[in-house]
Amino acid sequence: MTKTILALALALSAVQLPAQQPQPQQPTPLSQQPTEIGVAIPSEPGAQVRLAVPDLIALSSDAETVAIARIIGQVLWDDLNFEREFSFVARDAYATIPKATSLIDIPFDRWRELNADGLVMGTVQKTGNLLRVEIRLFNVRTQQSAFGKVYSGSPANPRSYAHMAADEIYQTQRALKGVAESKLTFVSDRDGERMSGTVEKRDVKEIYIADYDGDRQQRVTVGRTLNVFPRWSPNGRSIAYTSYRRGAPNIFVSNIYEATMEEVTKGAAENWLPAWSPDGSRFCFASPREGKGYTNLYLVNRDGTGLRKLTDHPSINTSPTWSPSGTEIAFVSDRTGSPQIYVVSADGTGPAQRITTSENYADKPTWSSLPYNEIAYTARTGPGNDIKVIDMATRTVKQLTFGEGTNESPVFAPNGRHVAFTSTRSGKKQIFTVTRDGRDVRQVTKIGNNEQPDWSK
Amino acid sequence: MRKRTLMAVAVTCVAATLACHKKVSPVARPLPPPPPDTTTPSSRPPAPPEPAQEPVAVPPEPVASDAISSASLDELNRSTLLKPVFFDLDSSDLTSAGQKVLDDNAGTLKRYATWTVTIEGHCDERGTAEYNLALGERRAAAARAYLVSLGIPADRLRTVSYGKEFPFDPGHDEAAFARNRRAHFVITAK
Repeated sequence: MTKTILALALALSAVQLPAQQPQPQQPTPLSQQPTEIGVAIPSEPGAQVRLAVPDLIALSSDAETVAIARIIGQVLWDDLNFEREFSFVARDAYATIPKATSLIDIPFDRWRELNADGLVMGTVQKTGNLLRVEIRLFNVRTQQSAFGKVYSGSPANPRSYAHMAADEIYQTQRALKGVAESKLTFVSDRDGERMSGTVEKRDVKEIYIADYDGDRQQRVTVGRTLNVFPRWSPNGRSIAYTSYRRGAPNIFVSNIYEATMEEVTKGAAENWLPAWSPDGSRFCFASPREGKGYTNLYLVNRDGTGLRKLTDHPSINTSPTWSPSGTEIAFVSDRTGSPQIYVVSADGTGPAQRITTSENYADKPTWSSLPYNEIAYTARTGPGNDIKVIDMATRTVKQLTFGEGTNESPVFAPNGRHVAFTSTRSGKKQIFTVTRDGRDVRQVTKIGNNEQPDWSK
Repeated sequence: MRKRTLMAVAVTCVAATLACHKKVSPVARPLPPPPPDTTTPSSRPPAPPEPAQEPVAVPPEPVASDAISSASLDELNRSTLLKPVFFDLDSSDLTSAGQKVLDDNAGTLKRYATWTVTIEGHCDERGTAEYNLALGERRAAAARAYLVSLGIPADRLRTVSYGKEFPFDPGHDEAAFARNRRAHFVITAK
């Protein structure tokens, strides 16, 4: 299964197209700029750029190509809507416009009548088992192409073509890192498998991955045990997690494209909650190995060498998260009685600095990526928990959820603009995403219980 | 469990019968070949009813001891000879009720001095998954420390925390929460 993912990833290759006008009759010479520099499509004054994103054009009439053309168009719409940077001409209005059969007979004036500033259009061609997808973004006013690329690869996952193009459009149009190609990992009990050899009936929990929008959910671990708290490596190729497969919980790494596994910590001591350093070379994790019920933070190299104690306090010190620069680590300690969030330098020098001062109970800090300097965390707000975000510069706190079920385990999207978290608002535990200002809540998972998300970098 | 114990007893009876048979066999009886089916002992040895009575005859305590020592680990763990200890919300302090349970458990562990035990720490769902790992460990460690103070060797007691990953009661009310905040004992070797 994981090999399939690899094959897919490799099969997708992109060919850069020059940003030239495809209409031969256009008299003006075309810009020779590469699309990376791009031409930002202007909007009406004071309004967002308004896009139309119809289905792509199938260059052959077979059912599969037609279906792929439709899927890519719809996923592009979803991807380009996710960051709320654009407004859209409603899809049901597209039917009034004659369908183009190629990129040179687009009725731009008709799209302009619908007040479209930009038009995302493309073609799909299937030759044997090879898909050729061309995606362009046109400035409807000038009829020029502001972005254009040809992708070729397997027809197995048409959605990935849309994800790649959407992220490139965000980059060229908004200088924004999109998340359409990013992935989630989380824990699920959906398979209904039971632990063997225990007294009670206990459901196993396995690590899953999915696209950011919840599509293509796939199982990663087959431990038939408790596999919990997955974390993506910074390069998105590995997942570290806590597994009870050897009895005591220890830190494992699954290299999902190689289908191999590494044991970072071994032995009878319990080791939990690995957090990758931003450069992927080390982990910070929590362990109660000293006994007495104390838990402290440790640092270890990815290969398990160089173990070092980071905190040394007779209390619980857990839930580590690295600052984007890798110089600091936020964590949770109950040294004053209740769990609160602290920050310590990653080299262990200097005292831990308390961050949360107005919470009764705070856990699972997660540091946003740049340019935001925020920490999202779980706060006990009543009978349940909610997600809050503290600005590290001003220490102002905003709340993202408000008692809809119980909410916990927040993690930021790689661009810092969204938060994924676990919520019981729809019944069982499920993964949701929300924008960093608390809007646009989306349910990502539906089958079984799903929890403890992490978002690829 | 009772059924299995009986079965275990029955098996030992058969074994005893066979041993008996062996001792008898030197008395030369060349003619009848020994019956191949060991589950149906021949009518010749007077044994069959006797060994069945044997375990019944012994005094109560050794009977328990025999039943327990012949039981499998799974049977022992299902029988909850070692009782769980319950905790208050967010707390790893032993209550007086909890101490009394541990006093009893210490007695059992002293009686069966070869047992090794894993103390599992568990939490209810109201705490967060991450912090609960450490809280569960602190609960297990509190139970372990108390048992050690009663003279149970520390190397017989291991701890592991499951946080809130394995609730005993799937409910979402106070009664379920109370059942899930516990140190749970699993016999791992005997």
